[in-house]
Amino acid sequence: MDSGHSSSGTSSTMDSKYLPLPLVAPGHTNDSVTEKISHMTMEKETPRAWWLTFLIALGMAGGLGVAILGLLFVGIGLWGPNTPVGWGMDIINFVWWIGIGHAGTLISAILLLFKQKWRNSINRFAEAMTLAAVLCALQYPLFHTGRPWLAFYWLLPYPNTMSLWPNFRSPLIWDVFAVSTYGTVSLLFWYVGLIPDLGTLRDRAKNPIAKVLYGMASMGWRNSARHWSNYEKAYLLLAGLSTPLVLSVHTVVSFDFSVSLIPGWHATIFPPYFVAGAVFAGFAMVLNLAIPVRWIYRLEDVITMRHIENMAKVMLATGLIVAYGYFMEVFMAWYSGNFFEWFMMKNRAGGPYGWSYWLLILCNVVIPNTLWWKKARTNTIWLFIVSLFVGVGMWLERFVIIVTSLYRDFMPSSWGYYKATEFDWMFFMGTGGLFLTLMLLFVRFLPAIPMSEVKMILPGAEGRARR
Amino acid sequence: MSDAHIPISQVTRVSRGASAAKPKFWRSLDELTDSEDIKVWLHREFPEKASEFTDPEGRRQFLQLMGASVALAGLSSACTRQPAEAIVPYAKAPEQFIPGKPVYFATVLSTDGAAQGVLVESHMGRPTKIEGNPDHPGSLGSTDHFAQAEILNLYDPDRSKTLNYRTQPRAWADFIAAIRPVLDAQKALKGEGLRLLTPTVTSPTLGAQIDELLKQYPMAKWHVHDPIARRNAMDGARAAFGRALQPVYNFAEADVIISLDADFLGLGGDKVANARAFVARRSADDLGGHEMNRLYMAESSISLTGASADHRMAVRAAEVEGIARELAAELGLPVEKGVLPGSDMAKSIVAAMIKDAKARPARTLVMVGESQPAFVHALGYAINEKLGSLGTALILTEPVELNPPSADNSIDALAADMAAGKVSALFILGGNPLATATPDSGFAAALKDPAKVALKVRLGLFDDETSEFCHWQIPEAHALEAWSDARAFDGTLSVQQPLIAPLYDGKSAHELVQALLGDSTTTGYTIVQNAWKARLGATPAFEKSWRKIVHDGLLEGSAFPPVGAKTVAGAWMQTKAASNQGDLDVAFRLDPNLLDGRYANNGWMQELPKPLTKLTWDNAALLSPKTAKRLSIPEPEGTARGTFVDRVSLKVGGASVSIPAWVVPGHPDDTVTVYLGAGRKRSGRVGQGVGVDVQPLRLSASPWSRAGGSIARENSRYAMGCTQDHWKMEDASERGLLRTTSFEEYKAKPDFAKYAEEQAPQGSMYPEHPYNGNKWGMSIDLSACIGCNACVTACQSENNIAVVGKEQIMRGREMQWLRIDRYYEGESEAPAVHHQPVPCMQCENASCEVVCPVAATTHSDEGLNDMVYNRCVGTRYCSNNCAYKVRRFNFFLYSDWDTESLKLQKNPDVTVRSRGVMEKCTYCVQRVNEARINSRNENREIRDGEIRTACQQVCPTQAIVFGDLNKADSAVSKKKASPRNYVLLHELNTRPRTSYLASVRNPNPELSTKAPAAAEGEAHHG
Repeated sequence: MDSGHSSSGTSSTMDSKYLPLPLVAPGHTNDSVTEKISHMTMEKETPRAWWLTFLIALGMAGGLGVAILGLLFVGIGLWGPNTPVGWGMDIINFVWWIGIGHAGTLISAILLLFKQKWRNSINRFAEAMTLAAVLCALQYPLFHTGRPWLAFYWLLPYPNTMSLWPNFRSPLIWDVFAVSTYGTVSLLFWYVGLIPDLGTLRDRAKNPIAKVLYGMASMGWRNSARHWSNYEKAYLLLAGLSTPLVLSVHTVVSFDFSVSLIPGWHATIFPPYFVAGAVFAGFAMVLNLAIPVRWIYRLEDVITMRHIENMAKVMLATGLIVAYGYFMEVFMAWYSGNFFEWFMMKNRAGGPYGWSYWLLILCNVVIPNTLWWKKARTNTIWLFIVSLFVGVGMWLERFVIIVTSLYRDFMPSSWGYYKATEFDWMFFMGTGGLFLTLMLLFVRFLPAIPMSEVKMILPGAEGRARR
Repeated sequence: MSDAHIPISQVTRVSRGASAAKPKFWRSLDELTDSEDIKVWLHREFPEKASEFTDPEGRRQFLQLMGASVALAGLSSACTRQPAEAIVPYAKAPEQFIPGKPVYFATVLSTDGAAQGVLVESHMGRPTKIEGNPDHPGSLGSTDHFAQAEILNLYDPDRSKTLNYRTQPRAWADFIAAIRPVLDAQKALKGEGLRLLTPTVTSPTLGAQIDELLKQYPMAKWHVHDPIARRNAMDGARAAFGRALQPVYNFAEADVIISLDADFLGLGGDKVANARAFVARRSADDLGGHEMNRLYMAESSISLTGASADHRMAVRAAEVEGIARELAAELGLPVEKGVLPGSDMAKSIVAAMIKDAKARPARTLVMVGESQPAFVHALGYAINEKLGSLGTALILTEPVELNPPSADNSIDALAADMAAGKVSALFILGGNPLATATPDSGFAAALKDPAKVALKVRLGLFDDETSEFCHWQIPEAHALEAWSDARAFDGTLSVQQPLIAPLYDGKSAHELVQALLGDSTTTGYTIVQNAWKARLGATPAFEKSWRKIVHDGLLEGSAFPPVGAKTVAGAWMQTKAASNQGDLDVAFRLDPNLLDGRYANNGWMQELPKPLTKLTWDNAALLSPKTAKRLSIPEPEGTARGTFVDRVSLKVGGASVSIPAWVVPGHPDDTVTVYLGAGRKRSGRVGQGVGVDVQPLRLSASPWSRAGGSIARENSRYAMGCTQDHWKMEDASERGLLRTTSFEEYKAKPDFAKYAEEQAPQGSMYPEHPYNGNKWGMSIDLSACIGCNACVTACQSENNIAVVGKEQIMRGREMQWLRIDRYYEGESEAPAVHHQPVPCMQCENASCEVVCPVAATTHSDEGLNDMVYNRCVGTRYCSNNCAYKVRRFNFFLYSDWDTESLKLQKNPDVTVRSRGVMEKCTYCVQRVNEARINSRNENREIRDGEIRTACQQVCPTQAIVFGDLNKADSAVSKKKASPRNYVLLHELNTRPRTSYLASVRNPNPELSTKAPAAAEGEAHHG
C-alpha cells in the first residue's frame, strides 16, 4: 500500500482516485527540484523567522552551558535525584532523546532496504534529527554522574596503567558501545547520503568560502557513473549496517532497566517495547519538525500528504505495540504472582504518581488511536497535535518507568519521592535548545531534503534511479 | 571573638606595643612569639605547615598535637604540653608509641548524669573515637549515643575559645585578680552573697573542693540545676525513706517489670547497663534457665522503653499515677484510688499486670520515671517493698550525685535570692541554666538584670545564652581535655583522664573552684591526684594503685553497698490523687538526641533520626492519631521536598508557642509531647534556631507535665526532615522484612521465621566465590535491638560520615550508613514497635557489583562488598539496584574539608569522601585490615571476636555480632545457626551476609488474642 513503485510509471494515465498520492507533486523536473531545495540553503536571504527561532534556540542552548557549569562546580545535587530515586530527569531525558533518534535510522536504513521510496524526501531530515538527538542524549550519561571529569573516559575500554577494564557486566558499558556505534554509523550514513547534494551545492555556490567548504565536504564528487556506483554500494552497505542498530540501541538501553532487580524494571518485555516506543517517539518528532518546515518553506510538493500519512500509519502501528507493552506489564505483574511486582503496578497506577501513569495512557494509547481515521491522518494540524502528545507521552513513559519503580521498591523504610529541580528543567530546556540550534543550522546550510534522491522518484526517473 | 582569627603572620609581627593593648589574651602566645628561639624553631621545624596554618586556632592545635603525642606515652604526663624547646626526633621511641597506630586510654564521660567508662582511641595524640570500657559497670563495653557524640563536641569549632570579660579577651590571671577582692569581701561576710550553681556533680574531688569552699565561706550556697537531674526520684525517696536514696535496678531478679513512665532504656546514666541486663533475660534461644522477663509499661508519652514493652499503656500523666495507685491498693497499701485509663484494652492490661505481679511478688520490679511526681516515686518504693522485691530486684543505694537536687538547692531558690539582692557573686560551673531553667523560676530575669548580681562568672564549653549575661566567660575544658573523677550509676569510682591538652586553654571546674579557694595555679591533675591520695592514703604504694586505676578506668569494688532502708508511712500516703484536667496534657521530655539542648550544636545529634518519630533537625508537638483527628490536624504528608505538617499554636497557662504538629502512632491520646533542647538562641552555627524552644510553657512546680493545654491550627505548613515516612508493619511483614512472634508461639515453633519457599536452592550465572581464608558475616538480633541509635552514631564517628543538614535530609539524601527502620504493628492507637538496624547486607550475589560500569564496587576475597571511592564516577546505578537501599551518595561536597578543628576528629584509617562518589557500610573494613595485620605479625589466625565493628562494639544489648562464617564455632556462625535466623528479601537471591534473628516478645498469654505478625507474613508467602 505504502510502496508505490509497482504502479509508478503508469500513474499519469490512470484515474488518480485509485492511486496512492504522488510522492512528488506533478510538474517537478530535475531543475526545479534543485532550485527549490538549494534555495533553502544559503542561496537566498536568511528568513527572519529563521533568525528569530535561531536566537531563541541559541538562548536555550546557553542555558545548557550554565547548567553544565553549575553541575561541574557545585555538584549533581543541584538535580533532583536522591536515595531511593537515584536517577530522574537525567535518564528519563537520555532515553527520550535516544528514542527520538530512532526514526532517523529507521527511515534511512530499514525503509531503504525495503525499497520504501516514500522515505526519499524525509530521510535526510530524519537522519539529521537522529544526530542532533543523539548529541543531546549524550549530555546526560556524562553529566549526570558524580564526577563527569572522570566518567568521560573511565567508561571507555582503553589500555591503562591501572590495568583496569570497565566492568563488562554492567549495562551502562553496553550503553557506551551501543550509543557510540549508533552515533558513528548514523553520522556516516547521513554524510555519505549528503555527498551528491554537496557536490550540487559546491557547483552552485557563488560565495568563494562556501565554494571551498562545500567543495571539501563533497570529497571530489563529480557525478560520474563510477562515483554513483560506489556511492550506491556504500549507501546500501551502511543501510545494512544500520538496520540492526535500530533494534539494538534501544534494546541495550532497555537493559539498563531489565537487567536490574527492581520491580518495574526487571521485565523481559522491555527490549521490543522500548524499540517500538522509540520509533513511535521518533516519528512523532519527525512530524513535529516536518509539518512546520513543510509549511514555512512551502514544501507541500516534496513532502506530500502521502509522506505525512505514511508516517502517521507507522505511528499508529508502533503506538499499538507500545500499548500492548503497557498491557502486558500489568498482566505479567498480576500473573507472575510476585508480591513486589503487583504492588509496584498498583502503586504505579494508584500511588502518589498515579497521575503520570494515566496521563501516559492518555497520550500514548488513547490519542494516537484517532489515527485509524484517514481524516485524522491527513489533517496536519491534528497530526501535529497528536505528535506533540506522543512526544510528551513517551517522556512520561520514561518518567513512569524510572521514578515510579524506584521510589517505592522493596523496603518501605527507604521509600521516598522524586521531584525535578530548576536545574533539571534548565538542562532539559538546554538540550532542547541544542537540538533546535543544530536543526536550524542544518536546514540553513545543508539540503534538508535529498535532491539526488528526490530526483530518483520524479516521474520518468524510474529507469535511471531505481535501485 | 574576631581577635581569635588574626592570622599567624600578624601574630608573629605583633610588637610589644601592640600586644600591650590586649596583652593578657595573647600572653601565652606572646611567650612564644617574643622568643627568638621559638620563632626560629617554628619556621625551621615546620616551614610549610606553619605558613599553612593561618588560623591561629589551627596552629595552636597543631603544636598541642605534637606536644600531646609525645606526652601521651606516659600516663601521669598525659596532658602536658610539649615544652617550648627544640624538637629532635626520638632517639628511643616511647613505649607503645608507633606512628599510625592508635593508642587507647581509659577514661569516663558523664554525659547523662552518671559516669560511663570509655576507652578513647587516640591517633598521634588526637582522640578520634570513643568506645565502651568493658570493665566499667556503666558501660560494659558499650556506650550510649551521647558518649559517641562527645568526640564531635570536643572538636566543635564553635566552642568557647577565649576567656572573656564582657566579650573582651582576658587572661586567667586577670580573672583571678578580678575575683580576689570580691572573694575577700565575701570572706568577711562568711560568703553570704556567694553562690555556686552546677549541673549534676558525681565527682568526689569536686564535691570535696566545694565542701572546702563552703567551709571557708559557711554562708555560701551550692545550688544544683540540671534538667537531667532526678529531683522527683530524690524527693520521692525522701518521702518514703526520710532521705535521698537512688534506685539501682537488678534485672536478673525481675521476671515482671512494671515501668510507670520510667524510660530506663532511653535516658539516664544507667541506661546502658539497664539495656544489657534487661535484654539478657529476653534472648529466646538462650534464657539460661530463667523465664523470659515481661515488661509492662504505662507511659504518658513515647519512649524507647515503651517501644520495647510487651504490653504498653499509652495514657495520660494522671492515669499513670492512677495505675500505680490501683496496683498499690490491690496489694493492700492504704492509698486513695486514682483515675484509670478509660480504654478497655488498657483496663485489661492493668488487670493482667496486677495478676502477673501478684503471681510473682518478689520477682516483680516496679519503677517510676522522673516525669512522675515525687508521690508516685514514693509509692513505687512502697509497692516494691510490699511485693518483697525491695533489696532484690530494686536495690537502694546512696545517690551518686552529690548535693542531690531538692527544693533548697534548686535554681528557684537561687533565683529568689538573686532577685532579692542577696547574691553578690555567682559562679556557674557548666550547664546552660539560662536556657534550661523554667521561666517562672525567675532565674533568667535575675541573671539578665545588671543591677542584681555584681559578679557573674560562667565556666562553660560554649559561649552560650548563659554566658551572654555573665561578666566572665571562662572556656571549660572538655571531659577529654581535663582531669577529674566521677561515679557510675552504681557508685563505682573512676578517674577521668584527659586525652589531649585543652585546645583552647580551657579550665576544668576543679581548677576554677581551686581558684576560689585561693589557689589559682594548681593543675587539675594535681588536684585530682591529691584527692585520690587522700582517699587511698599517700603511701608509697599509691603511685602503683593510681596508675592501675587510671589504666583500668575504675576503682575496683567502689560501688555503693545496698542500703537496707524501710519505707516510713507518713503524710505522703495521704496525697490526694491526681485527676485528668482539661482535655489536653502537655508532656515535656528531654530530647532523645539533644537532651536539654546540650547537644544542639552537635551535627551528629541533630541529624540522628529520633527514635520512633525519625525526625531530624527539628522538634514537634507529638500527638496521637486520634487526638490529631479530634483537633483536625492532618497527618504528615511526605513529598520530595520534606514531610509537610501543619504548624499549631500550643497554649498552656498564659504562654504559647508556634510549633509543627507531628502525628505519632502509639502516642497517648489527649496528650501532646514536646521535646526540650531545641530552638537554641546562642548555640553556634549548627544548632542556632533549629526547632522550637518550648521552655516558655514550662513550670518549675511540674516541669514534665502540665494540664490544661490547647492547640489551635495555624494556617501554615512546615516542612520537616523525616527519614522514614512509611512505617506500617503490614508493609514490612508481608514482605517478610520483619519477622516476629510471641514467646508462646516460639516455644511451639522455634523456626517460625523460616518461610517454606526459602528452602529452595537458587543458582547464579556466575561461579561461586571461593573463600579460602576468612568469610565475614554479621548477625543482628531483633529481639535485642532497643532502637537506641548508639550504633548509628558510632558508625558516623568511626567512618567519617558527613552531616548533610536539614535541607538535604528533606530531599532524601541522608548519609548515615546504618539506619534503624521502625515499624508499627497493630492499630495505630496502641501499636507494638519494632526496630530493625539496616547496614549493608554485603550480599554474596551483590546486585550493585554487577551494574557498576567502572568496577568501583567489587567483591573482596573475604566476602565484603568493597567500595573503591577513587574509582567511583557516581552513576548511582548501584544504589538504584540495591534492594536494601543502603547506599549513600555524595550529591554535594558533604564532608567538611575546611574546618581546622574538625580535621582532627577524622578517623585517619577511613577515607574522607569527596563529592560525587557513592559510599556505604564497609563492615568497618579498616578494623578488619588492622586485625589482619596484627594477626600476620603474630603469625596466627584472626581470633573470633578480635574484630568488632563500630556498631557491634557500641551496642548496649550486643544485638550485633560480627565474625568469620568459615569457622563453625565463631560467635556469628552460632547466631546464624539459630532457628530464628533469616535474611532480608531472600527471594531476590542476593544472599546477604548480614542476617537477622527474628524478634520474640513475651506478651501475657492471657492478653494475646491477635495472631502474630510472622504468621500473617507466612500465610502470605506460603
